[in-house]
Amino acid sequence: MTQLGFPILSLITFLPLVGVFLLVTLQGEDELIACRARMIALVTSLVVLALGLYLWDVFDPSIPGYQFNEMLPWLSGFGISYRMGVDGISLFLILLTLFLTPIAIMASGSITRRVRGFFSALLLLETMTVGMFAATDLVLFYIFFEAVLLPMYLIIGVWGGERRIYAAVKFFIFTLAGSLFMLLALIWMWHNAGSTNITTLLHTPIPPKVQMWLFLAFLASFGVKAAVWPLHTWLPDAYGEAPLPGTIMLAAVLSKMGAYGFLRFAVPMLPNAAAAAAPLMFVLGVVAVVYVSFVALAQTDMKRMIAYSSVAHMGIIIIGIFTFTVEGVEGALFQMLSHGIVIAGLFVCTGVLLARGQGLALSRLGGLAAKMPVYAALLMLFSLANVGLPGTSGFIGEILVIVGALKVNFWVALFAATGMVLSVAYMLVLVRAALFDKFTRPQLAGLLDLNGKEYAMMLPLAALVLWLGIYPSSFTHVFAAPVAALIQAHTASLMPHTALAMVTK
Amino acid sequence: MIYNASFAPALILGVGGMALLLIGVLTKRDRFTFCSFGAVALLVLAAISSATVPDGAIFGGLIKTSRFTRFADMLVYLGAAMALILSLDYNRREKIARFEYPVLVLFAVLGMIVMVSAADLMTLYIGFELQSLALYIAAAIARDSLRSTEAGLKYFVLGGLASGLLLYGISLVYGFAGTTNFASLANILGNGAGYGTVVGVVFVLIGLAFKISAAPFHMWAPDVYEGAPTPVTALFGTAPKAAAMALFLSVMAGPFGHLVGQWQALIEILSIISMALGALAAIGQTNIKRLMAYSSIGHMGYALMGLAAGTVEGFQATLIYMALYVVMSFGAFACIIAMRRKGQAVEKISDLAGLAGERPWFALAFAIIMWAMAGIPPLSGFFGKLYIFAAAMNAGLLQLAIIGVVTSIIGAFYYLRVIKVMYFDRGTPDFDMTPASVKFVMSAGAVVTVLYILLPGPLVAAAAAAARVLAG
Repeated sequence: MTQLGFPILSLITFLPLVGVFLLVTLQGEDELIACRARMIALVTSLVVLALGLYLWDVFDPSIPGYQFNEMLPWLSGFGISYRMGVDGISLFLILLTLFLTPIAIMASGSITRRVRGFFSALLLLETMTVGMFAATDLVLFYIFFEAVLLPMYLIIGVWGGERRIYAAVKFFIFTLAGSLFMLLALIWMWHNAGSTNITTLLHTPIPPKVQMWLFLAFLASFGVKAAVWPLHTWLPDAYGEAPLPGTIMLAAVLSKMGAYGFLRFAVPMLPNAAAAAAPLMFVLGVVAVVYVSFVALAQTDMKRMIAYSSVAHMGIIIIGIFTFTVEGVEGALFQMLSHGIVIAGLFVCTGVLLARGQGLALSRLGGLAAKMPVYAALLMLFSLANVGLPGTSGFIGEILVIVGALKVNFWVALFAATGMVLSVAYMLVLVRAALFDKFTRPQLAGLLDLNGKEYAMMLPLAALVLWLGIYPSSFTHVFAAPVAALIQAHTASLMPHTALAMVTK
Repeated sequence: MIYNASFAPALILGVGGMALLLIGVLTKRDRFTFCSFGAVALLVLAAISSATVPDGAIFGGLIKTSRFTRFADMLVYLGAAMALILSLDYNRREKIARFEYPVLVLFAVLGMIVMVSAADLMTLYIGFELQSLALYIAAAIARDSLRSTEAGLKYFVLGGLASGLLLYGISLVYGFAGTTNFASLANILGNGAGYGTVVGVVFVLIGLAFKISAAPFHMWAPDVYEGAPTPVTALFGTAPKAAAMALFLSVMAGPFGHLVGQWQALIEILSIISMALGALAAIGQTNIKRLMAYSSIGHMGYALMGLAAGTVEGFQATLIYMALYVVMSFGAFACIIAMRRKGQAVEKISDLAGLAGERPWFALAFAIIMWAMAGIPPLSGFFGKLYIFAAAMNAGLLQLAIIGVVTSIIGAFYYLRVIKVMYFDRGTPDFDMTPASVKFVMSAGAVVTVLYILLPGPLVAAAAAAARVLAG
């Protein structure tokens, strides 16, 4: 039992399933069901969000380890148990999920077919994602990690765009292929340590020779999920074809699963391999930042351009993690949060246009600033946050990563900084084409500005962007302790003398 | 000893089956439904008595009951009972509602439990033949259908070949070792085995591989699966598979346990070929029953991986895998039986197009089972694979596990295709109302598959106990 007297993490994780149950038992006419389904899903996700905020309130940031631990015997004969817990690293990722789910639900106005199924899938996705961030047992983590595929496959495939089937199958097979290799690595580590408790695994040394193989397996899995170049090819298809709420969840939350995996498993459990692979990861990150930025520049569709910008930013996050410096890792974490919020904001902006019956081809937009000033202001804000303008959330994350990278390698820092410049290039192209050029078509002049629901989606996101940008320490002080502990343990394990001293202590 | 409680389940099945046969023959009326329910009741009764009988050997060590046989028996009863329930409605509609069918199933089950509890190569062979003969007839039960009779004949010819190989192997072993008793064989072979014995073991192994349709001895499976009436296919996919795999385990771990160095590589090869063939050949299939046949070949490959490990952990993994597979399998066949349009059974995968819009629960159940077969967590199939891969890796069979992973990825593709057709493609399957009996089996399969994650303990513990008995 936790210090609260009730299992708050399990509650947060599995409460959306109650919503699914309510959705399934709905009776009545189709339209009524659709309307009620929307309400049920929204209310469920808001209740869970409230619980999440409570969790943040009672969370003690001074403890570097897991809090609110829960333990139940599960696969007892195998040393696997049901373990949940949260530390400063996972807390905000859980909150990010909880925060974005209601926004995704509100953004699903375009879903008119099989509404009930859609919201069930979305709530299921929330359960799986939160469970994954909260799991402190490797097998449990794996189960949630891969179970995310099931609702996501359906969301893309059933409610997606024209090439939805191709995108859904590609997404599924890519991710599955990666995860199954991780499963083998996981089994090896389980056998090695005799337990799958993450805390135990952290303290079980692994021979450096084996570490490299395990790291490759983890790279296959987390790299695909985080869309590390060149494993990113599923991403533009999936982002492009998924319905808007699906894209939001994919880009804002699911892509963080990969980065979280690196941070939680690959780096602390395989320190030697991670250190050895750091140059490789830097190269992959830099290629993502530079090359994918150029690809983004070449896009003619708003959604795809944002999708590629997302890949480029994942590159920054990967670079940050593999600097193994406090600044770099904190920057990566911060960037994960910021990117989640900013990218969700940008996709919501595309949704606003879709809801007004407009396509997303940049050549067929233009001049929206004149008729939709509030929309233009918010799109501008998210775009500037995406390029990392000081005062917005994007700046803090990127500057921390670059500072961390500078400590390790000047060239990596230089190239990562180039990414910021390039991101300005494509985001400004996007903003100019959508907001400031002349109207390309007369219909654009008749568009209305944001309505109430759209305000409800975008204002919280915008507020968070500013909060993260102006007063970042309300977030950084929560993950300072676990990150410091992580870096310390990493450095210690690379130096045999210190490690010995720790053991004998 | 004339009567021993250990033999009670077999007696219940044998005597009960004959009684049903008499009732069917002597009364003039249609007794199909009565006999089917009677057979299910007998299976339940046999399961209860199986669970309560003491361990022990009877008939001078010809038959042995233990935790292991009890575990396998339960799977056999479960698979057979579900297959019988599935046949209730189907056989009526297809006009093959003959009372002989449930009786045949009972005799097949009797054969299976004899072969599972065999402690002598002769009992093994008798049980093996009893179940085979009953199943040959069951495959051809739709005697006016060309496909069904063809399936029965094919199964008979290839099954006969398998029996011949098995018998030849048994006689070689007997000739070189001088006994057919499992315990004595284990003793004798503990001091090393000559080439003759090893050749005999290989033949026995091939005969058994035929029965579980492990590649490259799988040729009969797709045709028989496709041709036989679907409830019979459901039976083939569950009870005999579980029984033959259990027999495989008990023979390889028992009398030939000391020859693990000799047979391990063979099992590995069988496992690899089965997994690869199951994954690759299934991709091109358009008929759902053929797809299930290849899928079952693939699953046998995974199950054999546990045997190849040759450890208690491996045997346990195989038993768990088989248990979960039986449940998924009858669920899948229930879904296939529910595919009827205007009174006609349809079997094309494309017939499922648009099912999710029309019959959401049906589609969901089918999707759950397909995902489970692909081994996606949190469904039960994942745990089967987890135990298997873990056992293989802990036994140092890393290559085997890697091949298993690669074939899983390929396999996922065709399972996903079924889901894709149901959920993403547009169409109007317009299926007939599904009878309650089929719905029951379908939901039982899907619900157990989903909820296994909540309570994995009892099955794992039972399998562990069974595996320990095997390893001695």
